Amino acid sequence: MSDVTAAALEEAAGPEPLHVGRASDRARWTGAAFKALLLACLGASVLMLGTLLVDTGIDGLGRIDSDFITSPPSFVADNAGIRPALLGTLWLMGVCALFIIPVGVATAVYLEQYADDSRWWNRAIEVNIQNLAAVPSIVYGILGLAFLVRGPLSLGNVVLAGGLTLGLLVLPVVIIAAREAIRAVPPSIAAGSMALGATQWQTIWRQILPAAIPGMATGVILALSRAIGETAPLIMVGAATYVAFDPSLNSTFTALPMQIFDWISRPSNDVNDYASLAAGGIVVLMVLLLGMNAIAIWLRNRYEQKW
Amino acid sequence: MDASAITTTRATPPLGVARRRWNEDLIKLALLLAALISILTTTGIVISLARETIVFFGDVGVSEFLFGSDWSPIIKPQSFGVLPLVAGTFLITGIALAVAIPLGLGSAIYLSEYAGPRVRKTLKPVLELLAGVPTIVFGYFALTFFTPTILQDVLKLEISSFNALSAGVIMGFMVIPTIASVSEDAMSAVPASLREGSFGLGANRLQTSLRVVFPAALSGIVASVVLGASRAIGETMIVLVAAGQIAALSADPREPMYTMTSFIAAIGKGDVATGSTQYKTIFAVGMLLFLITLLMNAISIRFVRKYRQVYE
Repeated sequence: MSDVTAAALEEAAGPEPLHVGRASDRARWTGAAFKALLLACLGASVLMLGTLLVDTGIDGLGRIDSDFITSPPSFVADNAGIRPALLGTLWLMGVCALFIIPVGVATAVYLEQYADDSRWWNRAIEVNIQNLAAVPSIVYGILGLAFLVRGPLSLGNVVLAGGLTLGLLVLPVVIIAAREAIRAVPPSIAAGSMALGATQWQTIWRQILPAAIPGMATGVILALSRAIGETAPLIMVGAATYVAFDPSLNSTFTALPMQIFDWISRPSNDVNDYASLAAGGIVVLMVLLLGMNAIAIWLRNRYEQKW
Repeated sequence: MDASAITTTRATPPLGVARRRWNEDLIKLALLLAALISILTTTGIVISLARETIVFFGDVGVSEFLFGSDWSPIIKPQSFGVLPLVAGTFLITGIALAVAIPLGLGSAIYLSEYAGPRVRKTLKPVLELLAGVPTIVFGYFALTFFTPTILQDVLKLEISSFNALSAGVIMGFMVIPTIASVSEDAMSAVPASLREGSFGLGANRLQTSLRVVFPAALSGIVASVVLGASRAIGETMIVLVAAGQIAALSADPREPMYTMTSFIAAIGKGDVATGSTQYKTIFAVGMLLFLITLLMNAISIRFVRKYRQVYE
């Protein structure tokens, strides 16, 4: 729009104010150069992401076959696989989902539908959630170590402790997304329901929540995809690096990022090429994450309602 | 509501008076309890950090910890000066910001002021994708590609295979989406009338972007940078994988370096005995990290509020 405006101004200026015409010639070049510079800024991110995906893909794709997916890790790099790590990641995801869905949705419903903003405790909850979103993930790991693995709950370094730690970490993401989904349901729906005699909870359960499900599901999937990519909290809660059995809720465990970290930490040599194992693990992890993100985007587009 | 005790005993309550529904109250209570879990989380973090930190400061003086320049918690003679960890953290964060501020702000100005809706729809997912890459993957990329191929082969730097520079630059790319999206929000919130006024006075898009929109969105832009810095300070895996593990007070980014986060993770990786000195250092360093990020988050929230107040 402004290009048109600028061009129109130049034409309208006529022959009289010469400096306008001359300045605009130079200004056009600097303008174009500036735009190119800005595009280059975005281009740098695109280039970096592209290089990362291609480089890891080249290193890792050669490693991936059915044995890689179905074998346990091994000190002989050629025989090593990611089966326990992949299962561990799925277990963590399950525990995490069972924790964040009810707690996140309930918190969001409370804050959007019940909480009275003039009460200090409700404002405290809101500020608190904002702050929790900015706490470094390793600090959640320390919390998990001190409260869940040892200390009061003493669960030990098991799947349950890991999943709950990741759940606490991504809970703010779920709450924020669920609140937005609830807010997107027009108040007229709730007003209509109440006018027909429904109670507040009946209105929430039968009108607001069903309408907000797609938005909430998107938020939950994005939160889970963030959770399973986290490594630092798992290091702190004592996820193992060498697990040769299939994990269960109350067993020690490893997970994809943990396994990748372990392979990166080992020095590679001619006999054992751990670096390409790490790349193979990364490819599997990235495929999992991209798949989850694709589902989230599809959900958002498919069920997005315009009121 | 007030008359509930009486009205419930009647066969048909008069119109307009609601019967008190106990299950509605129970539901509200249950929801409140769920909301309190987030408060409990914060309390848990503070208690778990503070408890061991206090014990730690029983052994080590506060000033020795904060101002000591020698960090050697395991190898004897032990020494607990946290400065090398803090310096490493800030050096790597500085490198990350030197990459992320220009690239992030450039991207934000382009997306907010130049890109049409279609271009924006195709380019924004790239930033979202970048934000979704697990940091262990960035660490792998820094260690196996950026350091050997770019820094050592292409740029011919004499640099050790674990170094602060590589971790910092790659961390910069991790921070770009944060800076770009928050500052783009701030620039988009600048009312169109300001831009129209600027164009009306004959300014072109470059002048309008830099001299009208940018200053008008400054508080949001500052917030984005502070938030980005706090992300960088709290990041663990890139540093742990690519920056090495040496607690040396050095300003040379070609050398390996510990940060607060990578130290905590390196100690946490071993099975530390509860109550041992190493176990306590995790909490003391964690407490410092938590306080620094909390402070930065408070600053950024304040700046965000400021621009929201002005334009909404």
